[in-house]
Amino acid sequence: MNRSQPLVLGIESSCDETGVGIVRGTTLLTNTVSSSMDEHVRFGGVIPEIASRAHLDAFVPTLRQALDDAGAELADVDAIAVTSGPGLAGALMVGVCAAKALAVATGKPLYAINHLVAHVGVGLLDGQAGSAPRLPDNLGALLVSGGHTEILKINSITDDVGLLGSTIDDAAGEAYDKVARILGLGYPGGPVIDRLAKTGNAKAIRFPRGLTQPKYMGTAEEPGPHRYDWSFSGLKTAVARCVEQFEARGEDVPVADIAAGFQEAAVDVITSKAVLACRENGIKDLLLGGGVAANSRLRELTGQRCASAGITLHVPPLDLCTDNGAMVAALGARLVMAGVAPSGIRFAPDSSMPVTSVSLPA
Amino acid sequence: MLILAIDTSAVASAALVSDDALEGVVASFATEDTRSHAEVLAPGIEDLLASAGVAGRDIDAIVAGVGPGPFTGLRSGIATARTLAFVWNKPLYGMMSLDAVALEVAESTDAVREFLVVTDARRKEVYWARYSLAEGQLPLLEDGPHVGFAADLPDLPAYGAGAGLYSDVLKANPAFSAEQPDALFLGQFALARLAGGGQLPDTTPLYLRESDAQVPGPRKRAL
Ligand SMILES: [Zn+2]
Repeated sequence: MNRSQPLVLGIESSCDETGVGIVRGTTLLTNTVSSSMDEHVRFGGVIPEIASRAHLDAFVPTLRQALDDAGAELADVDAIAVTSGPGLAGALMVGVCAAKALAVATGKPLYAINHLVAHVGVGLLDGQAGSAPRLPDNLGALLVSGGHTEILKINSITDDVGLLGSTIDDAAGEAYDKVARILGLGYPGGPVIDRLAKTGNAKAIRFPRGLTQPKYMGTAEEPGPHRYDWSFSGLKTAVARCVEQFEARGEDVPVADIAAGFQEAAVDVITSKAVLACRENGIKDLLLGGGVAANSRLRELTGQRCASAGITLHVPPLDLCTDNGAMVAALGARLVMAGVAPSGIRFAPDSSMPVTSVSLPA
Repeated sequence: MLILAIDTSAVASAALVSDDALEGVVASFATEDTRSHAEVLAPGIEDLLASAGVAGRDIDAIVAGVGPGPFTGLRSGIATARTLAFVWNKPLYGMMSLDAVALEVAESTDAVREFLVVTDARRKEVYWARYSLAEGQLPLLEDGPHVGFAADLPDLPAYGAGAGLYSDVLKANPAFSAEQPDALFLGQFALARLAGGGQLPDTTPLYLRESDAQVPGPRKRAL
């Protein structure tokens, strides 16, 4: 196997994107994604069974397209990587079974890798605007999407990743979707709320910042139970109450002001806690990942706060921030280059795989 | 003709069947349980090929059981079959999974002219189909597959694990009361059909149930 510049094919199916990506070492060759997002619109959120059905039908066409785009043959591939968790159990199962079949049919080694750490791996590819030029020593990652909200500390991308904080209930993107539904704005909520918020007054209504009271925060010396954690379910409820109050008074609901106030509350608490976690854990480089990285206010405020704290912010191109196969391939290539042993074909997908598990042992 | 058959509609199973081999079977495996398909299927197929000394290029066609069966397990076999067929560039066919039990019934001393095949659909329901048998013929699918309550099925001898589960309301054949669709019989059925010049469908899964997703109603306005 070519361990210095391995050709790695990555497969992603943890939520509603079927992704196949191919990298050569740290160079991206192709990133092919088929999304079932349109099929979830009328339900106002991702329906796991619909996503799983779509993965089954999208996998082989996506694989064929990726190989064509990269001009690669399966015979040339050095290793295969697949997301084994965390994610939706039924959705993960499709990608994992397909990846195992690919490994059996080609005889190539298979790596079962962590989806969250893969979001970091994609930020370390060469030649992508916003990506970290090399693997920094004090790297953190803020992952914000419809499925997750986490802050990670990466000591070694291949075998030493820690979770500093995460949401204790809804993911941030999920809160956007729920609020968009309350405001009658449709799905997905992120882009429409971001657009509408620009026309509203973010200071008109102040919504709560979850888990920011002293009993949760504690101090740097004596951290409280949720110092770097988030909670968005109270924020969503506060928005619902606010809308009900306007309706009960028979007044027009100021949708733009509510969208702006909600977005400010969400983004404020995400970035303040993330930057706090960075400062208190010696993190000098922060990588932003996940679909909510597309949010203009999140990028703006994270940028400002990182700059004042002396932290360099890296934001990969958006198509690499959302779920995709290239991120899986990118992390897979790192594992091959570091000499990590493959996972074999006997593992089970793990819908709650912890970030401390970068790849599954054989 | 050498066929690799895979079925995960209930248990996970795979088989190599050939019209050249004795009794048609080259090698086969099946698990006992209905929940660990993702772990056991790929290693099982790898061992199957190795034990038979068969490489991908030696296989003439791949056949996948398309259900009905619990969704997540069912998809693991179809995803596996589709991927193998793509990499090896082989023809890929689907077979209705209950056909496997029907052929097993037909080849047994318990065969009757008209019967049901019944498997567990969970949620207190069963998957079922009605077959007829004529001398020297393959079982003929007369009706189904359907999903429903065991108590609502036609009053006929019933074969398969679903019949065993609801033997209080079905005429369950005791010799078949734990029987699940097995790739071995599915592969033999496919081989016989292809040899007889018959057509086989593609691998579109037979879910029979919708995805359970509810379109949310309008939010109640506070008055
Ligand atoms: Zn993700």
